[in-house]
Amino acid sequence: MSILVNKDSRVIFQGFTGQHATFHAQEAIRMGTNVVGGVTPGKGGETHIDRPVFDTVKDAVAETGADVSVVFVPPPFSADAIMEAIEAGIEVIVVITDGVPVQDMVRVKRYLIGHDAIIIGPNTAGVITPEECKVGIMPAHIYPKGRIGLVSRSGTLNYEAVEQMSELGLGISTSISIGGDPVNGCDFLTLMKQFADDPETDAVLMIGEIGGSQEVDAATWAKAHMDKPLIGFIAGATAPPGRTMGHAGAIISGESDTAQAKMRRLDELGVSVVQNAAEIGQTVLQSVNGRSNERDEAANPSCVSSV
Amino acid sequence: MNIHEYQTKELFRSYGMPVPEGRMAHSANKAVSVAEQVGGDGWVVKAQIHAGGRGKAGGVQLARSLDEVQQHAEKLIGSRLVTKQTGETGRMVNRVLVEQMQQIDKEYYLGLVIDRASQRITLIASASGGMDIEEVAAATPDQVINEVVDPAVGLQDFQCRKVAAAIGLNGKQIIKAGRVMKQLYRCFRDKDALMVEINPLVTTQDGQFLALDGKMSFDGNALFRQPEIADLRDFDEEDPKEVEASGHDLNYIALDGGVGCIVNGAGLAMATMDAISLYGGRPANFLDVGGGASPEKIANAFRIVLEDPNVKVLLLNIYAGINRCDWIAEGIVKAMADQTIEVPIVVRLAGTNLEAGRKILSESGLDYIHADRLSDAAEKAVRAVNGEVV
Repeated sequence: MSILVNKDSRVIFQGFTGQHATFHAQEAIRMGTNVVGGVTPGKGGETHIDRPVFDTVKDAVAETGADVSVVFVPPPFSADAIMEAIEAGIEVIVVITDGVPVQDMVRVKRYLIGHDAIIIGPNTAGVITPEECKVGIMPAHIYPKGRIGLVSRSGTLNYEAVEQMSELGLGISTSISIGGDPVNGCDFLTLMKQFADDPETDAVLMIGEIGGSQEVDAATWAKAHMDKPLIGFIAGATAPPGRTMGHAGAIISGESDTAQAKMRRLDELGVSVVQNAAEIGQTVLQSVNGRSNERDEAANPSCVSSV
Repeated sequence: MNIHEYQTKELFRSYGMPVPEGRMAHSANKAVSVAEQVGGDGWVVKAQIHAGGRGKAGGVQLARSLDEVQQHAEKLIGSRLVTKQTGETGRMVNRVLVEQMQQIDKEYYLGLVIDRASQRITLIASASGGMDIEEVAAATPDQVINEVVDPAVGLQDFQCRKVAAAIGLNGKQIIKAGRVMKQLYRCFRDKDALMVEINPLVTTQDGQFLALDGKMSFDGNALFRQPEIADLRDFDEEDPKEVEASGHDLNYIALDGGVGCIVNGAGLAMATMDAISLYGGRPANFLDVGGGASPEKIANAFRIVLEDPNVKVLLLNIYAGINRCDWIAEGIVKAMADQTIEVPIVVRLAGTNLEAGRKILSESGLDYIHADRLSDAAEKAVRAVNGEVV
């Protein structure tokens, strides 16, 4: 299973013939991703890295049955490209572009109403289901296949967490970076719900940062509805208030935005909170082991009745 | 990107919004001539800096005569104003706004933000004007009215009437306030703003609305299509090192600790700073070199971080995804060849082309402290700050 993307996903790239899209499409293909073509308006009918180029997403969907799109279109045209993908019936739209105007995303989110598409990003490292499908710019070779669901804002902190987990023998079911923008396509909660339903995910690691309430919203839902360990980290404990820390959305605008306040809320909601980013892997391992011990005891009533 | 109050008010004026008569002045003499031109028998002289809290810090002065206008302007221009938002060093006042003094009846709050929860533009209004809206919201949440705008149709008249009534307006005032709300919304939407605040929006004794103060910030990602807004940027209001860093496509924020940081990715950069703090040290800065860091970019990052005299050790933490460790290593070698570096350097590389990167570093013969992991890197950096041999 996994979530969002898998070996059956049929992937196109928007802004296909650009330098970055070309490089990352090749990387995706190398990992085994089923890249079926791409879209560059004006270049329809050409062939690029052995795949067909289309003028419109609609044509690409009609010809290839594409259901996932990776958007590399520059900021002034990103919103239009995303809406084109939504309208064409693409199910998962991963927007790598950094620098999309916020009000453009406000309009895109309005346009999304009534459609079933999921938008990841903008300003994201993307999504990977190891050994099956990579729709993003992350280094695929560091992601071992496994049973931990990972959702983060940041890309590089996501890599950091994956490395720590893989050293301890923990792999990934699907990993998603949702991106650092204040108005983004998909929030932590939406993905938490998908991980909760995914039989190949045993535990979820959520890596957030200062600003907004998405992490707390997701943890609140998980406490009520998800029977899987949830581990959380919030970056930015040392961030000064009122400053934008690289990500447009990473800004402390009030007390509830601070890393400390968010970690406190996550702790109250039963999340295993990681205080030190260097201990993410250890904390995930302990949570997973703790839970399997509980399960063993529950599955073996003699342990309990003998007391 | 923030702009000055006088710039905000000029924008307001261009959208037909009522603002007090007044203009900006660079000198005391100009301030007096502005006062003469706008007329009246009393004026307000307001220091123009980007930080808030000016009133309490003495940055807003009342003048009953042209002589007083001159005196206040002389005192403010060229001085450093310290408010609760500027830090101890304060901000240099290079200009003042001189306005007609107003006879105020009531004060309200009116603002627009991009609300992160609804992910839409949201109108905020309150009858508690002239106060910090976040404090009002914390103490008396029912005093703050939020109205979410549907981007497909924009702010509607009925929403404005609803908000106006909710903050206690009645009669013709409801219509007048609604006009201000719609003008403010258009300005916000047209100019790709992230935040606009009129605090206070006042009613005068003859029943008119006036934007007595104005604060506005804009989406840096939208400046490509807002050239006239981009022109309003005042580099004097920004840390010169942050401006220089942004010129090299580096995201730098100065802090006050001793561990200089060079990291790729905003999330990892924040987590690295947090880890330094957990091991008992303090970060000297936030610095995100971004994706695709060329050797030149790394060398520039070194220079900018090392210009800070507080930096006692430099910690470089790179997890290469689209970056490549060999490029980063070349950048380190270049940086260390170009400048004399007197502080210890801790290097932690991981990810793409790690072996090639390590090889470049080890063959360079450079003196640096190697770290394998984030924990390792943070701990060694803190120990080096404390003068330990690592």
